[in-house]
Amino acid sequence: MSNFKKHIVLKTENLSVGYQQKKQDKVVAKNINVSIEKGKFVALLGKNGVGKSTLLRTLSKVQKPISGSVYINKKKLSTYTNQELATLLSLVLTERLPVSQLTVFELIALGRQPYTNWIDTLSEKDIEKIHWAIQLTEIEHLKDRRFYELSDGQLQRVLIARALAQDTEIIILDEPTAHLDIHHTFKVFSLLKNLVETTGKTIVISTHEVNLAIQLADEFILLSDDDTVYNGTSEELINQDAFSTLFPKELISFNKNLQQFIINKI
Amino acid sequence: MGSVTIPIKEILNILSGCIASKESWETIILNYRLPKALTAVLVGSGLSISGLLMQTLFRNPLAGPFVLGISSGASLGVALLILGSGLFGGVFLSVGFSNWGLAIAASLGAFLVLSAVIITANRVRDTMSILIIGLMFGSLTSSVISVLSYFSSSEQIKQYVFWSFGSLGNLSWNELSVFSIIYALGIIGTFLIIKPLNSFLLGENYAKSLGINIKRSRNIILLITSLLTGVITAFAGPIAFIGLAVPHIAKLVFTTSNHKILLPATAIIGAIVLLICDLIAQLPTSEFTLPINAITSLFGAPIVIWLLVRKKKIYV
Repeated sequence: MSNFKKHIVLKTENLSVGYQQKKQDKVVAKNINVSIEKGKFVALLGKNGVGKSTLLRTLSKVQKPISGSVYINKKKLSTYTNQELATLLSLVLTERLPVSQLTVFELIALGRQPYTNWIDTLSEKDIEKIHWAIQLTEIEHLKDRRFYELSDGQLQRVLIARALAQDTEIIILDEPTAHLDIHHTFKVFSLLKNLVETTGKTIVISTHEVNLAIQLADEFILLSDDDTVYNGTSEELINQDAFSTLFPKELISFNKNLQQFIINKI
Repeated sequence: MGSVTIPIKEILNILSGCIASKESWETIILNYRLPKALTAVLVGSGLSISGLLMQTLFRNPLAGPFVLGISSGASLGVALLILGSGLFGGVFLSVGFSNWGLAIAASLGAFLVLSAVIITANRVRDTMSILIIGLMFGSLTSSVISVLSYFSSSEQIKQYVFWSFGSLGNLSWNELSVFSIIYALGIIGTFLIIKPLNSFLLGENYAKSLGINIKRSRNIILLITSLLTGVITAFAGPIAFIGLAVPHIAKLVFTTSNHKILLPATAIIGAIVLLICDLIAQLPTSEFTLPINAITSLFGAPIVIWLLVRKKKIYV
């Protein structure tokens, strides 16, 4: 019943994700029924190869679902055109950018493409939004640099700024802290947490930083080892014993009192 | 700047419509040198733009109409028309060697190879493989041409070989107008896709998330490139290296990846480079004219090698 009060921005129904192949579809994850509330910081957890990236790619229409459906603002994802979706959902992916001479400012400005005219002229509002995104991500000092000169941590913030400039309700990030040290990892997490609180955007990230996510994320989607999909707050997931299904128990285990994963004595 | 020297004052007179002191000079300027200069401008800018489109589409700095086998595809089209007419009898002769016939044959050939490259490129995705596949298509088409020439008369082979040397001259105003119309179509199309071109700089997935219709944009790029390369190859022969080297010169000079600046810059530099190549090919004041293809390769090859040596500075 509490669903009535919530504003659900993203919802899946019996979703199966994977790759369509000629003989037989390769299903990576199935029976995914999750709903994501507006203005939440959601962490998608799961061990390597369990289908986190595939799920995010399906949620963002980069690839088609095997079966089931995705709804954004109660409308089926497949009925959105790329152009419509571009004003609702923006992406930060793990893939490397092709080497070009784009400056940081130009790269962020590309986020305004859904709003610009046919020849890509930036209006005053576009420039305002770009500067707003640059300010929030604290990268003023980088804006005239070429993007390939940046460190991984700097580039990640630039890519987040690009997604912000796109001015969408939902931002999906695939492993935004993959190559970062602990300092920069924390910096990205706190930036995203702040963005959710100050802008009211919904942010979904996939991550392997489980301990950090438990402390900072509002809600979780957990793809467990045994194909069960958990969805809820950290307390709900702890009550369901969900975190301990994340990894085989020989090496690390979840400590409920500390609410952290710890290494077992070897 | 040819075997006949004409004073600059007379050239200006002729171009502005005044009467020259020698009638032959007027004929040389208006019917030979002016069309040739215009052809050089169209060929140079068209090939360079094709190269830029290919480099952005494949996100590969070494892509270009020649390396990807597209020029060879156009050659195949022309070879089928000239050499194949012996094999298949009068069917082709009726379409004949009319300007449209050549242009259509070359464009179809270019389109065929480019589609094949794109289809296979989608399966491998690795940029090195795409280049190798392009080269394979190139050698595939040239072997088909060899087979064709084996069955052709020496007269036809001669005609084809002369065409393959590349030439900016020999175009009548009539042919030039056919050329210009197709060229204009291609250029107008290019300026309509500046936005998707810029978004391709982030890769296909980002471009898609920015609202770009990937398939449509890719097909338009494919169509423009085959149209431009096809018509250029039909009228001027397979001219190497311009398409690969000029976009890099533009990127190095203007230090930007923004297609709004890069497209006109590439077109202008392409036109200038081919005009200079033509000037060298004329060997001013001598009676010889070298094949234009020899000159572009002579200067293009060192540029490509130089770019490869400085690899860190090559951009898509």
